[in-house]
Amino acid sequence: MFDWRWDFTWEILPRLLAATGNTLLAAGLGYAIAVVLGLAFALAQRTPYRSVTVVVREAIEFIRSTPLVLQIFFVFYVGPQFGIRLSPWTAGMIAIGLHYAAYLSEVYRGGLESVPKGQWEAATSLNLSTARTYFRVIIPQALPPSLAGMGNYLVGIFKDTPMLSVIGVAELMHTANAIGSETYRFLEPYTLVGVIFLLISLPTAAGIRLFETWVRRKLGMV
Amino acid sequence: MNAQYLSGFPLKLEGDPVPMVSFKKVTKSYGSLVVLDSLDLDIAEGEMVTIIGPSGSGKTTVLRMLMTLETINGGVIYVDGEPLTHMPSGNELVPANNRHLRRMRSKIGMCFQHFNLFPHMTALENCMEGPVHVLGLSKKEARERAEELLAMVGMADKRDQHPSRLSGGQQQRVAIARAMAMRPKVMLFDEVTSALDPEVIGEVTNVIRKLVAEHHLTMLMVTHQMGFAKDISDRVCFFYGGRIEEQGTPEELFGNPKRERTQQFLSAVKEAI
Ligand SMILES: Nc1ncnc2c1ncn2[C@@H]1O[C@H](COP(=O)(O)OP(=O)(O)OP(=O)(O)O)[C@@H](O)[C@H]1O
Ligand SMILES: [Mg+2]
Repeated sequence: MFDWRWDFTWEILPRLLAATGNTLLAAGLGYAIAVVLGLAFALAQRTPYRSVTVVVREAIEFIRSTPLVLQIFFVFYVGPQFGIRLSPWTAGMIAIGLHYAAYLSEVYRGGLESVPKGQWEAATSLNLSTARTYFRVIIPQALPPSLAGMGNYLVGIFKDTPMLSVIGVAELMHTANAIGSETYRFLEPYTLVGVIFLLISLPTAAGIRLFETWVRRKLGMV
Repeated sequence: MNAQYLSGFPLKLEGDPVPMVSFKKVTKSYGSLVVLDSLDLDIAEGEMVTIIGPSGSGKTTVLRMLMTLETINGGVIYVDGEPLTHMPSGNELVPANNRHLRRMRSKIGMCFQHFNLFPHMTALENCMEGPVHVLGLSKKEARERAEELLAMVGMADKRDQHPSRLSGGQQQRVAIARAMAMRPKVMLFDEVTSALDPEVIGEVTNVIRKLVAEHHLTMLMVTHQMGFAKDISDRVCFFYGGRIEEQGTPEELFGNPKRERTQQFLSAVKEAI
């Protein structure tokens, strides 16, 4: 039925597994950037300075309304015209990190807003500083309700890493394409890529749910 | 708020004794709704003043303004002789900046109707957070102070529990210990027993009685428990429509209310019991 060749499958598997390392690295780095930058975006929207709030708000809207692949191209190819020459990895991490930061900031925003007003008032009545109030009182409570959304975007960023192949980051998709153009066989490499993504996505999603329960328990909130 | 409006308010309260808390012509409104109308209220050092009154009469707002949880629209609030809502700038009072607020706020502690304990911290951690990170106590000092206060409110054995494992009465007692750990001069209680089951109200009111007996604190309390107000207060203020309709000693106010609205309110409350 299918012209599936096992010998070819075993032959290309090590190469694809090596590329999986790059995919995981890209997803991990991109996500780390997005997690931190997203929090900065969310907090910036809560400052009393209207100009900051508006600029950040608009930037987030802009990022969320345009395709990721365009943003990747933009950072990589348009940057040099302004004298910013970036490697594919750097450009890719900036683009994907920014993109997901915009989405994560919305998740954080929801989480922050879910913390009852009384918690702010208690912090004020104890005279805690604003920074202390955020990092010790509010953010720990905003975390559990944010984890589900954060988990979705972790899987999301992982599944979006193939877009980095367009600027030549040697991740899974890029490697599968390369194998295809060298051997004119596409069935095995693309199928393997799909299987590898599935084998990583599914346990990750399950792991996130366990982590969520663990965090709630750890914070004494169950 | 212009300087002209603030003329007539002293930069510092003089006299002997200076009231611990002084509201001078304080007005608070939300949009066109005037919640407090030119309120004048002095509370002496060590005095226990209770505010009673119908729902919406502005009782909570008085406490929240004093805790700086609400800004005010007119007048000045003084604490310990110094302006709280304002600060001196040259010869006049200007709205307080954050630094001034933080300094003045340290004189005041508040307990809330819904406790507002930090749910991710144990009882002990709740009581140590402020002393360590605001007052700059060492962990060891803060821990000793917190343990002492938790013992005072009868919660020593639950110090390592998170709030979700405590009953409402227990949470409120921890909240009182947490506020006291900051060593405030003025303590505010806003209906601290209203969210509690009737059978645990006593454990919280007993703690407040203990504070009155053993600590030299100035207290301002809002409550719907007339019996408790009657035997603990030095003075009771009946609020109606954002003004003090009548005030006096518990004997005067509960025994012989002069104003019709006070009489109506007290008889309505009695019927409800
Ligand atoms: N944030 C707000 N925005 C608009 N109106 C408010 C706000 N907070 C309070 N009010 C109004 O101010 C008035 C006084 O409220 P306050 O909470 O001080 O009343 P209270 O005497 O404590 O009543 P209760 O016994 O029900 O607690 C009410 O009419 C209330 O609706
Ligand atoms: Mg109230």
